[in-house]
Amino acid sequence: MRELRVTPIKNGTVIDHIPAGLALKVLKILGIGDSVTSTVTVAMHVPSQAMGWKDIVKVEDRELAAREIDKIALIAPSATVNVIRNYNVAEKRHLTLPDRAIGILRCANPNCISNVREPIESTFVVRSKNPLRVVCKYCDRELEDIVAHIL
Amino acid sequence: MSAFQGRDVLSIRDLSRADIQLVLRTARKMVPIAVGEKRSRALEGKILSTIFYEPSTRTRLSFESAMARLGGRVLGFSSAEGTSVQKGETLADTIRMVEAYSDAIVLRHPQEGAARLAADFTEKPVINAGDGAGQHPTQTLQDLYTIWDERGSFEGQNVVLVGDLKYGRTVHSLAYALAELGSHLTFVSPPTLEMPTEILEHVKERGLSFRIAHGLEEVVRDADVLYVTRIQKERFPDPQEYEKVAGSYRIEMDLLRDAKRGLIVMHPLPRVTEIAPDVDRTKHAVYFKQAFNGVPVRMALLDLILGGGA
Ligand SMILES: Nc1ncnc2c1ncn2[C@@H]1O[C@H](COP(=O)(O)OP(=O)(O)O)[C@@H](O)[C@H]1O
Ligand SMILES: [Mg+2]
Ligand SMILES: [Zn+2]
Repeated sequence: MRELRVTPIKNGTVIDHIPAGLALKVLKILGIGDSVTSTVTVAMHVPSQAMGWKDIVKVEDRELAAREIDKIALIAPSATVNVIRNYNVAEKRHLTLPDRAIGILRCANPNCISNVREPIESTFVVRSKNPLRVVCKYCDRELEDIVAHIL
Repeated sequence: MSAFQGRDVLSIRDLSRADIQLVLRTARKMVPIAVGEKRSRALEGKILSTIFYEPSTRTRLSFESAMARLGGRVLGFSSAEGTSVQKGETLADTIRMVEAYSDAIVLRHPQEGAARLAADFTEKPVINAGDGAGQHPTQTLQDLYTIWDERGSFEGQNVVLVGDLKYGRTVHSLAYALAELGSHLTFVSPPTLEMPTEILEHVKERGLSFRIAHGLEEVVRDADVLYVTRIQKERFPDPQEYEKVAGSYRIEMDLLRDAKRGLIVMHPLPRVTEIAPDVDRTKHAVYFKQAFNGVPVRMALLDLILGGGA
């Protein structure tokens, strides 16, 4: 049986199994807020067998880029990204937290070399996955507020 | 061929215990050459670039002296002024240019992580000579050499780090390395300038206990090493508060009355008022020797990296 909390979408992406409370952060990653051209539906605090409670984000007429999926993995590794085509789940991606987050976070240290004009991408080494702790490859500092520093 | 040949030295954390011991033993062999008693041509024909974006006298001169004592040559700049850097050249480009002129690169830069970036853009070995508030591994090696040379070992030594333990970069790396090497650490600072928890966590991970104290009197009696750093005025909004705090961490003759005979007092220099001048005449004072040790230690590192095999 298919549980559909919100109206079915024809084409787009459903991000399911987001830890309850993180839906708005997922929206931030997807850049939703500034220039949306399609419908976005958010379900928050939905009962889930596996997780107790979860959030779900549905974006119509949009499939996510690999980099966007990497960013979501960083804050919600338990999420699944479902590609919907013609009302059906055409692809299902389980996220994996990378060992390094390259080009997706900004170092909070204003004096870090990764924050000036140099031909490099910011790079964070994942020190621990649960709880998530990342350290800047360049200045060695731990990034405290990860979500606030998503590029 | 040494395990060091061609290697970068960016942070003291890049060096294992065995690496550190090799540098220290090599440094000891370098002393007669460092004082000019013996001659060496170990690095003849080698060129070292010293790229200093920020003024530094001691570090730069000790690298230059070390290279010259081993028969090598040095080129570079001692401030960004008048160089292509001022025209807006990136560090990555400067490094790729410098690489063509030399066998190894010593870099001092005001921003954290600069040496790591430099190392990514060149095949030549990079030695970090200080990056902002970040790492300064050759200073740490020089401090370690001084402790080892004066005290004979690291294990079981009671090392007291005094002063600004929060912002002082030298004490962070030193504490990290001493924990690796098995010393007992005591941290003495004003409550607002305590050692960051990250370093304390590391010490704990090594299975070592440490002490945190706010007064010197309570810890000086069983200390083997007293490592003193400067407390900067800017850290205190109230100048009177600064005077009071700085005064209470000053090393004076009175304080050393009950100290062990073999206690050594260290300081990365320059000192201002942290150590009273009459302490200089005691056997405890090793800070000038510590400064000299920068040369044999850097000779050792250069020799190991550039493969002279002296
Ligand atoms: N056409 C659709 N429109 C909107 N949401 C859909 C559509 N098809 C599936 N979903 C949602 O996508 C997620 C994944 O679907 P499915 O693979 O069937 O479920 P599950 O992952 O629970 O096995 C679920 O949250 C489901 O409600
Ligand atoms: Mg389901
Ligand atoms: Zn950084």
